[in-house]
Parts: sequence; C-alpha cells; structure tokens
Amino acid sequence: MIVVPFLICVPLILSGVLMFVKSEKIQSWLAYVGAVVMATAVGVLGYGRILGGFAPIELYYETEIADRVIFAAEIVMMLVVTYLCFKYDKKPVCLLSVIPTVVIAITEFGFNGHETAHIYIDRLAMLMCLIIGVIGGLIIVYAVGYMSGYHMHHKEVEDRRGYFIALLFFFMGAMFGFVLSSSLIWLFFFWECTSICSFLLIGYTRTEEAVNNSFRALWMNLLGGLVLSLGIFYFAFYVGTLSFRDFIQAGIDGNIYAILPIAAMAFAALTKSAQLPFSTWLLGAMVAPTPSSALLHSATMVKAGIYVLFRLAPAMNGTTTGDMIALIGGFTFFVSSMMAIAQSDAKRVLAMSTVSNLGLMVACAGSGTPETIWAGVFLMIFHAVSKSLLFLDVGATENTLHSRDIEDMHGMLYFLPMLSVFMFIGIAGMFLAPFGMLISKWAALRAAIDGKNVALLLFIVFGSATTSFYWSKWMGKLICHPHAEHSHIKDITRLNETVSMGIQAVLMIVLCVAFPFLSKIFVDPLLDEMFGTSGEVLSQGLLYMLVIIICFVFAVPPITYYYSRRIHSNIKLAYMGGINTGDNSSFVDSMGEEKMLWLSNYYFANRIGIRKIMLPCQLFAAAIIIIMFCIILGVTL
Amino acid sequence: MRNSIISVAAYLLLAPVIGGLLDGIDRKISARMQRRVGPPLLQPFYDVSKLLKKQVISVTNAQTFLLMSYMIFILLTGAMFFAGTDILLCMFVLSTAAMFLYFAATVTGSPYSTIGASRELIQTIAYEPAVLMSCVGFYLVDGSFEISKIASSQISSIMYLPGVFAAFVFILTIKMRKSPFDISTSHHAHQEIVKGVTSEMGARNLAIFTVTEWYENVFLMGVVGLFIVNKDPISIAVAVAVIFAVFFLEILIDNTSARMKQYEMLKLSWTITLVLAGCNIWVLMLMIK
Repeated sequence: MIVVPFLICVPLILSGVLMFVKSEKIQSWLAYVGAVVMATAVGVLGYGRILGGFAPIELYYETEIADRVIFAAEIVMMLVVTYLCFKYDKKPVCLLSVIPTVVIAITEFGFNGHETAHIYIDRLAMLMCLIIGVIGGLIIVYAVGYMSGYHMHHKEVEDRRGYFIALLFFFMGAMFGFVLSSSLIWLFFFWECTSICSFLLIGYTRTEEAVNNSFRALWMNLLGGLVLSLGIFYFAFYVGTLSFRDFIQAGIDGNIYAILPIAAMAFAALTKSAQLPFSTWLLGAMVAPTPSSALLHSATMVKAGIYVLFRLAPAMNGTTTGDMIALIGGFTFFVSSMMAIAQSDAKRVLAMSTVSNLGLMVACAGSGTPETIWAGVFLMIFHAVSKSLLFLDVGATENTLHSRDIEDMHGMLYFLPMLSVFMFIGIAGMFLAPFGMLISKWAALRAAIDGKNVALLLFIVFGSATTSFYWSKWMGKLICHPHAEHSHIKDITRLNETVSMGIQAVLMIVLCVAFPFLSKIFVDPLLDEMFGTSGEVLSQGLLYMLVIIICFVFAVPPITYYYSRRIHSNIKLAYMGGINTGDNSSFVDSMGEEKMLWLSNYYFANRIGIRKIMLPCQLFAAAIIIIMFCIILGVTL
Repeated sequence: MRNSIISVAAYLLLAPVIGGLLDGIDRKISARMQRRVGPPLLQPFYDVSKLLKKQVISVTNAQTFLLMSYMIFILLTGAMFFAGTDILLCMFVLSTAAMFLYFAATVTGSPYSTIGASRELIQTIAYEPAVLMSCVGFYLVDGSFEISKIASSQISSIMYLPGVFAAFVFILTIKMRKSPFDISTSHHAHQEIVKGVTSEMGARNLAIFTVTEWYENVFLMGVVGLFIVNKDPISIAVAVAVIFAVFFLEILIDNTSARMKQYEMLKLSWTITLVLAGCNIWVLMLMIK
C-alpha cells in the first residue's frame, strides 16, 4: 500500500518544489503532471480497493519517525502563524494556534496506551479521496490557465502564482492525509494544515480586505481546532486511546467519556464547514482568486467538516449532540438560502448556496440514520462536482465579461454559449429533477419525518422552496434575450480551463444517469460498513420511476426543440404598449426620447440581505451551540 | 399494473375535457356572480380550437419548445399521480414543470412577460412549502409516499390532516393564479402587467398554455380528492363532491377579493402553512409516537 504515503507526501513535496521554481513554464508543467499523477494515484488506490473487494484496511501501527516529523511540522506551523499574527497586528489570534499545539503535545507525550493503526481506508475514505483527487486535480489544471489571465488583469497584485499553485497542492496533500488518518493526533495535524492553508490562500492578494478576511477565516477555524484538541485531550486522558475508530465506537457504545469529545469534534466540524454562526469566513474567502474559492468550497476544506460529521453520525444518532447539530444544519440550510436570494454577485450566490447545501448535509449527519447518511453522501458527491464546475465557470465568465454580477449575465447564452451551457449543467445539477440533489432532498425529508424532527422538517420544506427560487432566477437570466449589442464580447477562456470544465460537466451528467447504480454498488455497502445493517434506501419501484424521469428530462427539451424548429412562426416585436423603437431593446419614454429597456431580477436585499439577517441568525445559532454544550456538560459532569 | 395504465390513459385523454368543462363552469358561475349571462359552457373549447387554427406568432422561437416542455412535464406529473407512484417525486416533477413555464415567459425579454415570470417564481415559493407539507402529512398517516397506498387507506387522510388540507386549499388559489393571488398574470389584459406570464403567448402557444392549465387543474383536484379517498368505493363519490365544493370556493374567492401585494401573499401563505399544516403535522408526530 505504498500508494497511501504517496498520496499524502507527493503533493506536499511538490508544493515545496513549486515554492522555489521561478520559471513559469516549469511551474505549469509541474502542475499538470502533478494533477495527472495525483488523479492516477487515486485511480490506482481505487483499483486496488476494488480488487480487494473494498474490505477496510488498517495500516501503520508503528510510526515513530512520522510522528516526530508531524510534531516538528506542527511546531513550524505554530511559529508561522504566530509570526504572521504579529506581522499583521492580530496578536490574540496566535493564542488559538499556540494553545492547541501545547495541548496536543501534552496528549502525545503523556500518552502511554497501546499503538493503533494510523491509517484506515474504507469506502467513505475512498470516496473522499476520489473527490479530492479528481476535482482537486481538475481545479489545479484550471488554475494554471486562470492565474495567467488573472495577473494580466490585476497588475496591482504581486505575481506569486508558483506560491499559489504550491498552496493548492499542499491543500490536496493535507486533505488526503486528513481523510485517511485514523489516529486522532494525525487527524488534528492535518486539520490544522487545512486551516492554515486556507488562511494563506485567502490572503493571497495581500490587500487590506484580503488580510482581514483571511484572519477571520483563521481564527474561526483555529477556534474549531482548539476545541477539537481539548476534546482529544479529554478523550485520551479518560479512555486511554488515540484511535479515531475507538473514539467513534465509544460514542456508539454510549461511553460517558465520549459524549463531550464528540460534541467538541462536531463543533470543530461546524467551524470548518462554515455553518452558522461561522458562515462569514467562507463569504470572506471570496476575495481570493477563483480556483481557491472552488477548492475551498467544493472539493476540500468544507468537505472536511462534513466528512468528520459523517464519521461521527452513528455515534450522534439520537443524542443531544446529534439533535442540536441537525438543528443548526437545518437552520443554516434555510436562512442561508434566503440570503442567497438577496445576492446578485454570482460568487456570493455560490458561497451562500454552499453554506446552505452544507447545512443540509450537516442536518443529514446530525440525524445519523442510514437514510440520512445515504442522502448526505449523494449531496456531497453532487455538490462537489457541480459547485466546482460553477465556480470555475463564474471565474472564466468574469475574465471575459469583467464582471461577475448575475445581472450582467443577461442573455449570456447568446454571447458566451459554451460557458452558459456549462453553467446551466452546473445549476441543474444543484436542484432540478432528477438530479441527485433532489433525490437526496427526498431522502432527507423522509428521514426527518421518521426521526419525528419537526423543526428540521420545516427547515427542509421551506428551505427547498427558497433554494429553487435563486437558482431558477439565475437560469432565467442566462436564457433571456440580450439587452444590448454584444458582438464585441469575445470568449477568452483558455483551452485548459475549457478542458477542466468540460470534464466536470460530463462527469455531472454521468453521475445523474448512473447514480441509481452508484447507490447500489457503492453507497449502500458504505452504509453497511458504517452502521452494520444492510438494506437499500431506494426501493426498486422508485428506481424505475427515477430512470423514467431521467429519460424524460434528458429527452423532452431536445425533442420539443427539434420539433418546434419545423414550425413556421411569425416573429413579432414584444409588447411594450406600442412604443417600441423598432426592436426589443428600447422604447420611447414620456418625454419622447429613446430609452433602453433594462430588465432585472428581484433580490429583496432590504428584507433578507446578509446585512439584515446575518447577525440575528448567528446569534440564534450560537445560542443553540451554547445550550448544547450546557446540556452536555450537565450530563457528563 | 393494468389499473394504473388505464387510469393514466384516462387522465391523458379525459383531463383536457374535464379541465375545459371546469373552466367553462368557472366562467359561467363567475358571470352569474357578476350578474352577467356569461359564455356558453363549451366556450373554452371554442376558444382553444380557434387559437389552434391561427398562424403561429411569437417573440422568439425558443418559447415554443419551452412551453411544450412545460406541457409534457405537467402531463408527466399527472401521469405519475394517477399511476399511483411516489407523491413527493410527483411534486418535484411539478416544480420542474413550473420552471419551464418561467423560462418560457422570461426567454422573450419582453418587460411584461418578464415581470410576470418573476412574480410566478414568487408564487412558486409561496405555495411549495404547503405542497411538500401535504406529502409529509400523507406519509405520516399512511406510512408511505406511494399514492396507490394513500388512496387505499383505512380511513380518509383528511381525518388526520384537517390543517394540512386547509393549507393546501389555501395555496390552491395561488397555484391556480386566482384573485387575490393573480399576481403573475390576470384574467384581463388591461391591468398593470398586461397578462403577465402569458403576455407574449399567442395563437397556438396560448392554446398549449391553456390546455396545460387544464391538465394541471385536474391533477390538483386529484390531490384534493386524495385527501378524501379511502379503500371504500363510496369515498370516491364523496371526493368528487368535495372537489366541486373546493372548486366553487375558489371561484367565490376569486370573485370577491382584490389583488394582494406579493409580500403579503408570501407572508400570509407561509404563516398559514406554518400554523395550520405545521401544527397539524407536529400533533400527528406526537400522537404517532
């Protein structure tokens, strides 16, 4: 199983190399090769797992040297963070890095229990590896082309693209390490790696806004890390093991000493997956160049939190922690979809919708039944693909239009057809029938009813209405007739960007068609592994129904399109009260002058904008968390 | 299996007839409420057949295919419903259909049509929660989302779901775009948004829209009936009576109320969904425990 250290170490080494390579040619060459190698390595791992029948494996019991290296790296990271905190005058933040490092050091050196496996690979880990390797790799391929365009337009930003791509690789390696680790110490180390890496990525441009936002991301994530380290310390001290699997088992068995650490870990996961009250860091992350937003949002960072919650799900089922986490998830799902309605900046819509979708996944994990995890896993897969596609697409659109406002995408289908079609596929993947999101919602709803969780049920019901609102209005914007002359707009998307997006679009469609089978051969067994029960979430009848709907959705619009082309229709001007000026783009106003017709969407920014409702929502969510910890402390102490 | 094929075929063939007749009854009763004689009962059919004979006029060619897709998805929704499949999936397909209508209106780039389309989306988020809550209610009472099982339950679902039923009847007014919720379109073209979503639909496209609306109304009335039907065949007769009562109620509301603002609509419909359907479901969950 040499491929496991390969997956973790090669991106880290590669990022080290990239930091020092100055030639642009070599940089991009290294990035392409690196991305392909990583995707291939994941493929090799996957192939090996298929040959092994996906039996879970444990590796590396004795890891003296690796432990030392990791410890040293942790100290280095702490020093880097402390240095940067002093440099930018954010001194208190460094405490959040120093304290956890000390706590973990005490735990590690004071610990004398038996050594357990440090690496554990099962289906969930394998799935995460696939997402990280494939989507992450595609994002890196895209990043190479994007960054050269970016630096052409943003002369004011210092060109450090080697450093940027190095960070992307570093992130990738850290994520692999994170999902494969079975030792709590390792888990914590990689956890901190991703926090710091995202901090560096957000601060890439070094503008004042970027620095402030990056420090916000840093303190929120490090706060999660701090609570996580305390949880690990508590658990190691009372139960005497540092194995992640024993940790979960203790939770399932109802060990009283596991309750608090599980709550701590779930809390840390909330910070990482940007749930309320910690959603603001993900919004701030938008200042960074697009590939990093794509990476943070779709394939890596936020999925780390979801991954942990999925792991904890069997232990959270029916506990106070589980109920509260589900409540926060459902609440976040609903209110952030409302806030998404009020945004017109495409990236902010994507950010709010990421928060919202993650909320649904968190709610699924918190409920912790096989059905909800089934739904959650599919949400995660579909979300990863469609979100990264959408981010990359918005980035490419921005390079071409010099704007990422959805209002400026009015009629984009007519002047940027390729980008619009990709965007359409991405959005459809997020919410239209029969795409995965919808089926997952079906399962989540059923689980909320079975779990008799009224609050969660209401959040899902109302949240799904608001979700379809902001997606539909965006799609509508793409297809309507352009306002003005657009022949000067030229698509300047580079080939590598197109290839990256094209692969993801195809992947999206393949996933939609193949997901009933994916459910049967991969996700159902994954649930068996996790819960030890067999059974299928999707009944046979439903499966047929889905296939029929899929056929319809894919076939009807093209067929009707083909049919309608043969109808001879008489094209007339749109109705404007008889004051058109010869075409559909302008009219005569009451002063007798020609005015351009300008159509825009509803946003309700004054009613449900971020400024208006973010703070109350954060307070509410914070109150839920505080109540949760009070109850849990009351039970355990 | 055979039964469901028969009922799907019956739906596809008879729904336009029933829907057209309902439309005719609607016009007749409305006219009488306004002390007019009103058009003959079969007037909607005459209108549609005349529209079909006209030359196709549109602002953009794309509208035709989007409208046709809208129609086919509504047909699929109804077919799935009468085949007795999963009601939640049925509603999801319905929302996909609604999106195609939105596209068909917005693709024109016409001001009145676009504003109608935007308002149509607001109508969608106003009624969707109650629709989903109805599905949840059926699941709680009958233990399944399957329509065939819901329809053959021991006791009519409405006995357990009075609040949900009330909420559903309330949002029917929104779904059918009747006053006070004729926000995205209106019966008469002299209002401030002309005809809203249908402003730019002419000739055959308008015919497609009208017939699709008939199909949709029959499907919606089917859902109303589903609240009543149980394994006793007599319940079907009761269901038909209830459907007529509900339909009459809609006409009455339509003729006695003035148009509302969209925020008020949203607030009102969400409040009603939350209070009536939400409490109903909550109590049910407590009972079933």
